[in-house]
Amino acid sequence: MLAPVTHILPLTTIQRERLLPVRGLVQARLGQRVSATDVVAEGRWAREHTLVDVARKLGVSSAAADRLIRLKIGDDVPANALIAASGGMFPREVRAPREGRVLAVGGGQILFEIGEVNVQVRAGMPGVVTQIVPERGVQIQTAGALIQGVWGNGRIEMGLMINLMDSPEMVLETGRLDMSLRGSVLLAGHCPNAETLQAAAELPVRGLILSSMHPAAIATALQMRYPILVTDGFGRLPMNASAYRLLSTNAKRDVTVNAELFDRYSGARPEAIIPLPITQEPPIAEDLAAFESGQVVRLRAEPRRGAIASIVKIHTGLQTLPSGLRAPCADVRLEGGELALVPLANLEVVG
Amino acid sequence: MPTSLIEGESLLAVDVGATQTRAVLFDVVEGCYRFVAIGQAPTTAEAPFRDIGIGVREAITNIEGVTGRVFLNRERTLISPSQPDGSGADAFAAIHSAGPAIRVAMVGLLADVSVESARRLVETTYCRVVETLSLSDTRRAEQQIDALLRARPELVVVAGGTDGGASRSIRNMLETVGMACFATPGEKRPIILFTGNQKLNEDVQALMKDLTPALNFSPNVRPSLETEDLEPAARELAGLVTVARRAQLRGVEELETWSKGHILPASYAMGRMIRFLGQLTGAEGGVLGVDLGASACTIAAGFNGKLSLHTYPQFGLGENLGNLLQHTSLEDVLRWLTLDIPAATVREYLVQKAIHPSTLPASVSDYTIAQAIARQNLHLSLRAARRDFPAEARALRPELTPFFDLIIAGGGALADAPTLGQGLLLLLDAVQPVGVTHIMLDRNNLLPLLGVSAAQNNLLPVQILESGALENLGTVVSPLGSASYGAGVLRVKLTGANKNETIVEVKAGGIEVLPLGPGESAQLAIQTVGRVDAGFGPGRGKTVTVSGGSLGVIIDARGRPFAFSTDAVRRSELMKKWLWTLGG
Repeated sequence: MLAPVTHILPLTTIQRERLLPVRGLVQARLGQRVSATDVVAEGRWAREHTLVDVARKLGVSSAAADRLIRLKIGDDVPANALIAASGGMFPREVRAPREGRVLAVGGGQILFEIGEVNVQVRAGMPGVVTQIVPERGVQIQTAGALIQGVWGNGRIEMGLMINLMDSPEMVLETGRLDMSLRGSVLLAGHCPNAETLQAAAELPVRGLILSSMHPAAIATALQMRYPILVTDGFGRLPMNASAYRLLSTNAKRDVTVNAELFDRYSGARPEAIIPLPITQEPPIAEDLAAFESGQVVRLRAEPRRGAIASIVKIHTGLQTLPSGLRAPCADVRLEGGELALVPLANLEVVG
Repeated sequence: MPTSLIEGESLLAVDVGATQTRAVLFDVVEGCYRFVAIGQAPTTAEAPFRDIGIGVREAITNIEGVTGRVFLNRERTLISPSQPDGSGADAFAAIHSAGPAIRVAMVGLLADVSVESARRLVETTYCRVVETLSLSDTRRAEQQIDALLRARPELVVVAGGTDGGASRSIRNMLETVGMACFATPGEKRPIILFTGNQKLNEDVQALMKDLTPALNFSPNVRPSLETEDLEPAARELAGLVTVARRAQLRGVEELETWSKGHILPASYAMGRMIRFLGQLTGAEGGVLGVDLGASACTIAAGFNGKLSLHTYPQFGLGENLGNLLQHTSLEDVLRWLTLDIPAATVREYLVQKAIHPSTLPASVSDYTIAQAIARQNLHLSLRAARRDFPAEARALRPELTPFFDLIIAGGGALADAPTLGQGLLLLLDAVQPVGVTHIMLDRNNLLPLLGVSAAQNNLLPVQILESGALENLGTVVSPLGSASYGAGVLRVKLTGANKNETIVEVKAGGIEVLPLGPGESAQLAIQTVGRVDAGFGPGRGKTVTVSGGSLGVIIDARGRPFAFSTDAVRRSELMKKWLWTLGG
């Protein structure tokens, strides 16, 4: 059976595409070394539009208005510029209501683009540009530790990682946040409330890597300007042992927190990347796997949600679960040595 | 036994659901079509696969393992028609519900006329309305353009203007849509369906053809102010949803090729079958189909050949659960719990399930939460659908479920319940049928597959239904009255074919089960107490012929709508008692 994969890897080659949602300008070049916060592609589009009905303002037909309009598509127009004027004894004028650019002319009307929204795509991780996708973005490659999470608030930042966790069960209290942590990425356990996120913003921090978060804090987390990466889920969950070991042993290193929003269709996942020096390029992490005995897996649902285990045996046919449901299952050995019967649907391969 | 008119035409049908892909084989056995086997695999619409074809092949491979027949060649392509060596299938059909809901903008003239018709049209399939423009919209044209650009619709449905009626206003609105399309980058422009004043079709063609990747027309959903005709537009929309899915998901195009175009959204295919069953049975009280799945909850109600079809992605049990509390309160979910589970745990379950929609409730606690959410979502879906049921839908009171002679339930939450009693109780709690209703469970989600297959082979669905492929759960009698808990409401006498009699005094607030096996029928004499109404009028009794099923004849005397005890412990005890009565 095909298996979902979560990467928690001490050293791997990481390739990521960074693309604009629409066509724009690629700012990076092939082979360029970039940092996580470098802009690699930029797109601009109108902030808003204004429609001027010239025909109605001049009291003429649409066809007549089209003949009187003095602008063409693409013209940059200052505010109050003359758009069209009628002749006769009592000429009338139509002027641009605001500064803008002509997007469309026709039917006696002009559609202006007003203002600009600048959308920037940042590298998201330090590395080398290995491919250019014309007008859309780049592919970047780096080597290092990779820890994927289950939820992110859509922000990217890089900074020195400080470990506040003395155990995977640690709960982040606001009292732990002091000025010495300013400008750092904090490895910080479970977040119990929105106030803690606000307190982190006031320092400010450069990012939070959390094991879990109270669901009531989601709305606040989405408003924070620093990245928040949740490794295991919602509710009070300890950090899974694989992620905890890897992150805590890499404390005081620079870490990139790319807390992009989880998109199950595009494959975008929030993740932390710790760039590491290499002498030889490590293998690229495989995104595809099939369940097999011996694999390290993580439990995605209760009981023991978030726990790391290894597959002992994959059962043939359907097994009956404590809930009464029947499903394809595996016996897994949890890190404490305990055996558990878990539906394959609740497992993801860690590797 | 009916005889097949078609010799040996096998049909392989695939259902690409949000979390599971099923391949089902129908073939001729002893002269009649039969449901032969099912193969199942996880759906592969999501990353890293991003190709539904992988899951489809996996499901077909599983059915090969079950049947010993080969359907895929070495290149893993479908073998069709079937070969002399027995490999392959003569025909192929597919339905789909995988993928995010299609983002739709609705454009109409009057908010309570054409825009309402457009909404009902859009609800026939997996859509989410992201913007609405109408004459009552007080925004300036440029504000409407910006709103459309922000909403990023994948599909724009334009209704409005009766045939030969208003044209100027709809033209103005089309200009707004056209300008928004013009301002949208080419690859992001929406598909457009025009289903308004047919006199405008040529104008619409001239105005919009260069501004959209696909401009489609269907007969007016509102040919006159008094008439609404959704079906032709719904058929067109079903095709467009497949077109939109083609842009979203890899593998759809291949299924279109394999099926020679016999591919439909699952909800539309299910609606087709419910309409057919409504006509076939001539049911006075209508036929209701419910499909409670991961992608959406679909409600299809057929009344005398008229179909009311509604699909609610917001009430699906998968990725949309994260937003469920925008549509209901947590307290309304909690009232269905049979165990003492903290509200915070339920809230966590909702978010966690939205992150991992394919996970299963393995623990008793998680299953209890999942069942509570399923009840609430089905309840909300039916309540939303009820407001659009046609005048033919007879109900004792407007806030009650109309009379249905037959209810067919499908979707994971109902079909995969560990016991039939659990599935039935979920259905009764959420739907709360009134009067005498026969209940069937579609354990393999065959109904929509039969709906899509009907276009290729109209004999197949009839014979499959006659073959007992759907599970008869039994007949439910649900009286209505104001008796207090424990007071007598009905006296029923069940007389079987062997003249054996079972007499039961039914008390308010309880459920009673009278054994009557599948394939059996009996006479049920219903005597009411006081002004209780069992569907025949207040205080009136009747003897009716009832069909049996796996659970027999069920008398549900809990009242309509049944009142929840304010005491959580008492409520939970009652729910456990009802479940125990239905076999646990």
